[in-house]
Amino acid sequence: MKALRPQAIRPLFALAWRESRFARRRLLLFLSSITLGVAALVATQSFAANLLAGVRDQARALVGADVSLSSNRALGPRTEALLDSLRRARVPVARVTAFASMALVERTGAARLAQVRAVEPGYPYYGEIVTAPADRYPQLQSGRNVLVDPAMLTALDARVGDELRLGESTFTIIGTLEKVPGAVGVGALFAPRVYIPARYLAETKLVQTGSRVDYEAYVRLPDPAAADPLVEGHRPIFRAERVSANTASEQQADMAEALGNLGSFLALIGTFALLLGGIGVASAMGAYMAQKRDTVATLRCLGATAPQVIVIYLLQAGAMGLIGAAAGTAIGVSVQWVLPRLLADLLPVDVETAVSLPAVAMGIGIGVWVAVAFALLPLLGTRRISPLEAIRRRVEAEPTRRRRDWWTFGGWLLLAASIVALVLFQAQDVRTGLGFAAGIALTLAALWASAWGMTKLARRAPTRALPYPVRQGVANLYRPGNQTAVVVLALGFGVWLLATVYLVQRNLLAPLAINAESQGNLLLFDIQADQEQGVTAELGRSGTRVMQRAPIVPMRIHAINGVPASRLAPDDPDADAEGAPEQRRPRGGERRASPDGDRPERWAVRREYRSTFRDELIRSETVMEGRWWNPGGGGADRNGVAEVSMDIAVAEDLKLELGDTITWDVQGVRIPTRVTSIREVDWGRLEPNFFAVFPTAVLQGAPHTWVMLARAPSSGARSAVQRDVVRRFSNVAVLDLTSIQAAIDEVLGRVAAVIRFLAGFSVATGFIVLLGAVLAGRLQRIRESVLLRTLGATRRQIAGVLLAEYLALGLLASAAGTVLAIGAGWALARWLFETDFAVPVLPLLWLSLGVTAISATVGMLASREVFRHTPLEALREE
Amino acid sequence: MLIADNLQKTYRSGGHPLAALKNVSFTVDPGETVAIVGPSGSGKTTLLGLLAGLDRPSAGRVLLDGTDLGALTEDARARLRREKIGFVFQSFQLIATLTARENVAIPLDLAGEGGGAARADELLERVGLAGRGHHYPAQLSGGEQQRVALARAFIHRPSILFADEPTGNLDAATGERIIQLILELNRERGTTVVLVTHDPALAGRMGRVVRLADGAVVSDERSGA
Repeated sequence: MKALRPQAIRPLFALAWRESRFARRRLLLFLSSITLGVAALVATQSFAANLLAGVRDQARALVGADVSLSSNRALGPRTEALLDSLRRARVPVARVTAFASMALVERTGAARLAQVRAVEPGYPYYGEIVTAPADRYPQLQSGRNVLVDPAMLTALDARVGDELRLGESTFTIIGTLEKVPGAVGVGALFAPRVYIPARYLAETKLVQTGSRVDYEAYVRLPDPAAADPLVEGHRPIFRAERVSANTASEQQADMAEALGNLGSFLALIGTFALLLGGIGVASAMGAYMAQKRDTVATLRCLGATAPQVIVIYLLQAGAMGLIGAAAGTAIGVSVQWVLPRLLADLLPVDVETAVSLPAVAMGIGIGVWVAVAFALLPLLGTRRISPLEAIRRRVEAEPTRRRRDWWTFGGWLLLAASIVALVLFQAQDVRTGLGFAAGIALTLAALWASAWGMTKLARRAPTRALPYPVRQGVANLYRPGNQTAVVVLALGFGVWLLATVYLVQRNLLAPLAINAESQGNLLLFDIQADQEQGVTAELGRSGTRVMQRAPIVPMRIHAINGVPASRLAPDDPDADAEGAPEQRRPRGGERRASPDGDRPERWAVRREYRSTFRDELIRSETVMEGRWWNPGGGGADRNGVAEVSMDIAVAEDLKLELGDTITWDVQGVRIPTRVTSIREVDWGRLEPNFFAVFPTAVLQGAPHTWVMLARAPSSGARSAVQRDVVRRFSNVAVLDLTSIQAAIDEVLGRVAAVIRFLAGFSVATGFIVLLGAVLAGRLQRIRESVLLRTLGATRRQIAGVLLAEYLALGLLASAAGTVLAIGAGWALARWLFETDFAVPVLPLLWLSLGVTAISATVGMLASREVFRHTPLEALREE
Repeated sequence: MLIADNLQKTYRSGGHPLAALKNVSFTVDPGETVAIVGPSGSGKTTLLGLLAGLDRPSAGRVLLDGTDLGALTEDARARLRREKIGFVFQSFQLIATLTARENVAIPLDLAGEGGGAARADELLERVGLAGRGHHYPAQLSGGEQQRVALARAFIHRPSILFADEPTGNLDAATGERIIQLILELNRERGTTVVLVTHDPALAGRMGRVVRLADGAVVSDERSGA
């Protein structure tokens, strides 16, 4: 094919425009299957851009200072020396001490676990803490005042002006914390924040040995640009003293990466909708071109070259694609106002919603490109339409002429390259992009196979005994030129996405359910050794049963197999930052590969272990290797070395094997141990579990606190326990697990809602593809119904045939999507989340029935035309 | 000048070769009017398709003004068609979404030439459809549609017109009107005319009648007309 001269293209524009008369509305509908995909993409892209802008603008407010330091033990001497020297140089430094404690309102008698932050004047140096009533934060330091999370007031049935007891001290609630920079809204669901002046911290007597406390220091430098050099210069000190240091620019980089990933993830879900739309375009264009065979043959007779024909129809597709993409962009721009609301309490920054011009341009550009790229393949088929067809209806294809078609091959290549480019563009990181592109290909291939299999299965279904309309309707799915597979694919994809999200959500939540009698609903911790009996007695008074009690001994690893921890994980500046590992639990997908295979993971070597001692396994544990020690056996092996049992994941990260020795540093005392068993622990339950378990005889002499899991018989009893325990033992923290469960439920629910919202675009695209397919086959359908009515079929019977067809289509799509979702859900549960997998049959059934019902409705509405025409009229229209 | 040189066309039917044309040879001189006649299945339409370059022969050559059509690619033949060949079909083959005027102008549009609308109006007037240019095919009678097709066939001043049963779908009177137009345009413009028909009356109006039977030429007669 020779390239077309530019001056030869202009008349083709006119021809393309005129030729599309009477079909423009239909064409627009075909091309509009990309609209919602474009909308999803523009919305997510704009949202991601706004999110990153928010991080950029608020980075310093997120940190609250130019430099922040934090550690889970008192800041070390060299760090303190640095802070002293800064202070002497008149650099403002403010400290914050953060810990969990019970908060009690005497007036209402309600108590709840709170995250206390004892702050020094000046903090935060950047960003504003918004309170209600307004401007109460500056008054915080003026007395025994407290500002609390609004959730706290609700939980405690309290109001501003009430007295709040924290430990041994009482504070006046002067307002609520409406907005704290960098705080994630849902955090309050787990432990509501409480701000008190630091100078009253000692009075509370809440900071004791064994309690978990974060020590933070905030520095405001005269020159903010000096923050990074300051942190870099003192990195070795911070590492040695286990202090994590943060600056605005680091914070911005970290958050930009995390939120950029979120943006990419959302955009990639949007990409799915766009690709489905593209498949819809290809399919509808194929059907459209099948009706244009005569026109193409005539044009060819009149001297149109194959490229001219392709250009004529490509121009039509491009123009309609442009309209579809523009509409999608407009929808996307409006929808982006919804996303921040859906994600509101999950984001640490305020998102200013603004129309992102690059996102708008991208939406239109990508929309047109996808429309044209997908329309091209069916158009390339017109090259095989012989001009002979104008004088001879059916031209027998000569099989010997069937050569390898480089143009079609090129079309596929262009399409594949377009998809990969599109995904890479969204992912902004080649490896993720390629991975996602492969994932899309795999998903579509699996769905296609599933759709194909279901379609084949339906064809073989024994329909002989069924009434005629059903038989005819099912047979219609296989009429020549049918688009059954594409519709099943497009609708099935939506079902797949929704069902998979639902299955994951359900299966992640299932192990957290604490409704069963056998599960605890209260967790009590920081119980001092001498308080254990008193707390147990207190619990007994409200009929609360202790399900599990465990002593906790904090410790660190001193050496493994004689190699000191300082050599296993040296303080080299290139290694990971400290601090964050405290929250990191080595599970499933989070597990990181060590840079060199034999070296233990840094986080596992350096972390503080909160270990326990006992002589029995609990129900969440299974010994995988070695054997559990003999109860009462003294807890030592033949050589007199103490035994220890390690969690399998931690053992892997520490590169431990049975028989290896670990020397522990238990508050200054070295305790050598030998690993004699490795346990698999089910971390999915809301129960106290431990990385390292020691025999009772080995640790019972060490200073320890207690943690208890208890079950209160009623919600009234739960409140009573929280109140009474805190009254008698102000340092003991009581966590109501039902509220934690509700919080997790809430977070997962919100994440799922966002994904469902975006999945909705795919589902809607599926229905547009169905609509397009129905309208593309419109003439054939009218012809068939006319024939049937000429043969004596009633309108009712014809409606029955159509209804059967669309119901079958919806059922096939639902079945294909559901089957695949169960597979995907199982795979995710098994390998990514490592949970048990169960299929909630009823909800999936409802989803399938819903999609089937909507399919039937869309199909019937699009087929109204078939009934409007009398047979004669319809024949004339031919 | 159009030369058919030993044309053969073989189709495959149920795995067996089926000869549609067997060694057909003849020459058509410029300005000549030729009817190709014969019973159904005699190979008339196949021959017309080969002569117009719509298909390639299995063997033999078609030379149009010295160019071997079989040696050209499909697109090169398309370009040749829009320069030298006009077409009239039994079923008119107007494009339903274009008006009469736009249908007539297609060959000029495809060639990237301007002034299509004005020339289309001229030709529509010539075929007696002045003022009907804005009508769509569905708004025209069969005879009117075929006249639009004739205007379209002549707009780019082809040297040769191929017509496939041009009166096949028309009543006798309307068909006669079409024949007259074809012959008038042939005389006015010196256009060669090759048409396929099984209407003996129509064939009789042509200067020469080539008769096919079973894929071979059985007679080739020139009338005195």
